[in-house]
Amino acid sequence: MTGTVAAPSTEQTAEQTGGRTSAPAHRVEGREKVTGRAHYAYEYPVDEVAYAWAVCADVPHGRVRHVDVDAAMGLPGVLAVLWHGNAPRMASTGDAMQDQLQSDRVHFRGEVVAVVVATTAEQAREVAGLVRVDYATEPHRSVLTEDDPSLYRPEQLNAGIPTTSEMGDPDAAFERSEVRVDEVYRTPGLHNNAMEPHATTAVWTDDRVTLWDSNQGSTPVRDAVCQVFELPRDRVRVVSTHVGGGFGSKGTPRPQVVLAVLAARHVGRPVRMALTRQQMFALVGYRTPTIQRVRLGADRTGRLQVIDHRAVVQTATHQEFAEQVGVATRVMYAARHRRTDHHVAVLDVPIPSWMRAPGECPGMYALESAMDELAVRLGMDPVELRIRNEPATDPERGTPFSSRNLVACLRRGADLVGWADRDPRPRSRREGEWWIGTGVASSTYPAYASPASASATAHPDGGYTVRVNATDIGTGARTALLVLAAEALGAARDRVRILIGDSDLPEAGVAGGSMGTASWGWAVTKVCAALRAELEDRFPDGPAEDLTVQASTEEDLQDRADVTRQAFGAQFATVRVSDVTGEIRLDRMVGVFAAGRIVNPVTARSQFLGGMTMGVGMALLEEGVMDAAFGDYANHDLATYHVPVNADIRDIHVEWIDEHDEQVNPMGTKGIGEIGIVGAAAAVANAVHHATGIRVRSLPVHLEDVASWAR
Amino acid sequence: MRAFEYVRAASVAEAVGALRDDDEAQFLGGGTNLVDLLRLGVARRGRLVDVSGLPLDTVQDGPDGLRIGAAVRNSDLAAHPAVRRDYPALSQALLAGATGQLRNMATTAGNLLQRTRCLYFQDVTKPCNKRVPGSGCPARQGVHRDLAVLGTSEACIATHPSDMAVALAALDATVLTTGPAGDRTLALDDFHRLPGDEPDRDTVLQHGELVTAVQLPPPSPLSSSSVYRKVRDRASFAFAVGSVAAGLVVDGGTVVDVALAFGAVAHRPWRARVAEAALRGGPATAAAFGAALDRELAAATPLPDNAFKVPLIRAVAVAELSRLAGLGTDGGRTEDGA
Ligand SMILES: Cc1cc2nc3c(=O)[nH]c(=O)nc-3n(C[C@H](O)[C@H](O)[C@H](O)COP(=O)(O)OP(=O)(O)OC[C@H]3O[C@@H](n4cnc5c(N)ncnc54)[C@H](O)[C@@H]3O)c2cc1C
Ligand code: SF4
Repeated sequence: MTGTVAAPSTEQTAEQTGGRTSAPAHRVEGREKVTGRAHYAYEYPVDEVAYAWAVCADVPHGRVRHVDVDAAMGLPGVLAVLWHGNAPRMASTGDAMQDQLQSDRVHFRGEVVAVVVATTAEQAREVAGLVRVDYATEPHRSVLTEDDPSLYRPEQLNAGIPTTSEMGDPDAAFERSEVRVDEVYRTPGLHNNAMEPHATTAVWTDDRVTLWDSNQGSTPVRDAVCQVFELPRDRVRVVSTHVGGGFGSKGTPRPQVVLAVLAARHVGRPVRMALTRQQMFALVGYRTPTIQRVRLGADRTGRLQVIDHRAVVQTATHQEFAEQVGVATRVMYAARHRRTDHHVAVLDVPIPSWMRAPGECPGMYALESAMDELAVRLGMDPVELRIRNEPATDPERGTPFSSRNLVACLRRGADLVGWADRDPRPRSRREGEWWIGTGVASSTYPAYASPASASATAHPDGGYTVRVNATDIGTGARTALLVLAAEALGAARDRVRILIGDSDLPEAGVAGGSMGTASWGWAVTKVCAALRAELEDRFPDGPAEDLTVQASTEEDLQDRADVTRQAFGAQFATVRVSDVTGEIRLDRMVGVFAAGRIVNPVTARSQFLGGMTMGVGMALLEEGVMDAAFGDYANHDLATYHVPVNADIRDIHVEWIDEHDEQVNPMGTKGIGEIGIVGAAAAVANAVHHATGIRVRSLPVHLEDVASWAR
Repeated sequence: MRAFEYVRAASVAEAVGALRDDDEAQFLGGGTNLVDLLRLGVARRGRLVDVSGLPLDTVQDGPDGLRIGAAVRNSDLAAHPAVRRDYPALSQALLAGATGQLRNMATTAGNLLQRTRCLYFQDVTKPCNKRVPGSGCPARQGVHRDLAVLGTSEACIATHPSDMAVALAALDATVLTTGPAGDRTLALDDFHRLPGDEPDRDTVLQHGELVTAVQLPPPSPLSSSSVYRKVRDRASFAFAVGSVAAGLVVDGGTVVDVALAFGAVAHRPWRARVAEAALRGGPATAAAFGAALDRELAAATPLPDNAFKVPLIRAVAVAELSRLAGLGTDGGRTEDGA
């Protein structure tokens, strides 16, 4: 991989860093992690701990008639077998993932129907495989089609986003357009596979419970436990010091949270519970498959007249998750006539959920593929086509952009890959048996922020402690916050201690929506600036005892101007396709992003290239194969659900534009966790088209779709 | 947890003896397949008799050819100078398989005896004739992109997943065994079975029969010309979608000798004897290669999602034979290491 990074240091102060990108900082907890001293949720040393293991439905729809508890209880080590027939009734949060063992209904294959608690993990697992569950099976439908009888328009999409948007007369404008694209694009179910599976260790002491849990935000986990077990907040504590990834799947509590707490209370001992990799494919959410029809109409100069983007997605029968597939289309390009619309099919499937750039990721695959097709039909350069349709203001809301540097990203990327020398004709470049092609796509992601609170303490020895319930899911959030805190305090980084990942800390939102650093960093910056002012004011020689100040960004967020805050980027891919086998290999990927201020270049680069890599996986490898007969994703392990390995990703180059944006937040950051995946798959698929002349509109692109013998 | 016994066999006789009286016991090589299958509940949990430490871990170069001990690790075999020089397809096939860590553990016998990667076989919550005879074969109607197009049966369409075995098939290897009924020498081609109506049996081995070695015939122009090409979705760490092992000797434009085997298309490595017979003595031209392949593949019984394997194998085999014949095809082999 290219892209060099300067030797990082944690020693510099804010004053030394000067520019907008701070001096690189290594992960604060890096040494602990690589020496194995960092404890993850399943690893907290706890005495007398017992182990819980899920028994999952192997029918896709029906009822649990009976679980043979007595037979299982006789087996070695078994402490309890819980199912809805003997589990206590508990309160509901409204999220089905918290309603564990509360009903006899089976809504999807893989749903938890019982849990075995035993003295060792091996015993629990063994018995979970032996427990006899008697089902009354009902017919099921699990495969998404565009004409599913259950299709409906949801009241709203995720996060309260409107289901439809319409301006002008898209149908008439499309008919009138000189150059048209009207195509259907498909993406499969995609599965978040964080390295660390979802896991909880639950310990009751008297009437209080402490959870060590793997999540993207311990506050929602605590709140869910409070609700389900009807406990006041001060009796539940959730600690999440280190988390091995989430990609959205840990944004809300997963079944092991409630089950571990329940099991621990039931057996009167601490209980650990982890999901297996196989169970994750049904229990932790996944990206819905999508079927998207995109219609673009333009005049001969390439100016878009109409953009019409309609998406069909799926949800489970007992819980709605309506992915906001068309959102990015609402901000990308100028066009007078426009429509976005969503329909949801209700199927006997696991509940889809958040996965890296929900909405933007699948939506931009379709839109940016259609833009490429339009460029081909116009005989126009695809970079130029995008630049030509750059809007002056938010094309649907009419608001100004706080900053928008898509064009700069496209131009810089084009320079980096030598785009000007590209022969636009498909199937025009060959090396040996390999067809070579290049593709481009735009990228975007909103710059969200959520309210957060933080505290900062100055110690008499000149050190500082900053507290905020942020979560570092491996992104480097802890380190970025340290950089921001040191900067606001005017202190050396090694004098600042940052405490995160504990629901007893000042409350803050989840690590999701690419808003962690923006939200937590805002509170940290604010509280540190306040502490610094206080110190300068009252204790210019340092405090005699600990001095603590608190701050919240609740009001700052309400006071923000009505502008559109959005990060942009451009992705360029070079692929080779074998004329003999159809195998597709990525030669190079270049991503240029305009995402506000980059707080820590070391970890930021990892976020961008991680997102891009995941996008390559989406383009070429990742595919949850729904088994119509059984109603599950048949390839539910990492041997059969392929994600890219090193050999697939040989050369990725990441750059960012120096972007100053004072309207996003005081730090000027836009969020970088998700934008890297957005558009990446389209860039790769567009490159495959350029290489072979074959347009594949269904991901992942298989070798049999593009091989010369497949024509 | 149900405990199971683990014993380390001290000699071949002890290993064979350990299984003779115990229907549930099984040999353990590097464990990279068997341990997975134990965890998944696919393999029965009888006594494990570890044979990886037996003195069957050497590669001997002799007048009869190369004798590869059953316990030789895949990585050692791939790196062996005689293999690289005289049987390059074998080295290439090994290196195209799995990952460095797995190859360091995996043994020759274990590799030959690894089981199918059919999704249903590996999921004990679903039926599968190979795992539970008579329970049905959902793959035929279900997920079968990776499964067989040649030699299938109504009962099973699984493939044998090994890369190494495909090269061995092309190289005319034999498998040496010893068991309660004495010693046997089996052509590799006869070692793995087609599924027929007994898909639960992958090979002709009897219970308690130990593979002791694989024997390769002395090197020949055919063996030293041999190549292995693996087609896969992912650049590394992926089983083959299809593969071809080929050797070719041409004299004056005429095929003197040819060996051709396909992987990931059948329940066993598929030695393409029909194509070989059609080619021997004929012209070494791309057209002749294609025609021979068509005759071989006429027997294919593809299903909707794996039908592409037929033209894929044809294209790869024709390309590799053409390259071996010096027909100056499209250069540049895939440079993918594993
Ligand atoms: C993630 C992953 C990816 C892989 N990718 C590939 C790939 O791309 N290509 C490929 O070819 N393979 C691949 N493999 C499979 C790998 O090659 C096999 O697991 C390995 O070769 C098995 O060898 P082993 O010694 O570990 O066998 P074990 O797991 O120990 O045993 C396998 C079987 O052989 C039997 N056995 C072992 N020794 C003897 C003996 N001497 N006599 C009789 N029976 C014996 C055992 O009883 C068992 O039934 C992959 C495996 C994994 C886990
Ligand atoms: S193809 Fe064979 S292994 Fe696969 S499900 Fe059918 S019987 Fe089982």
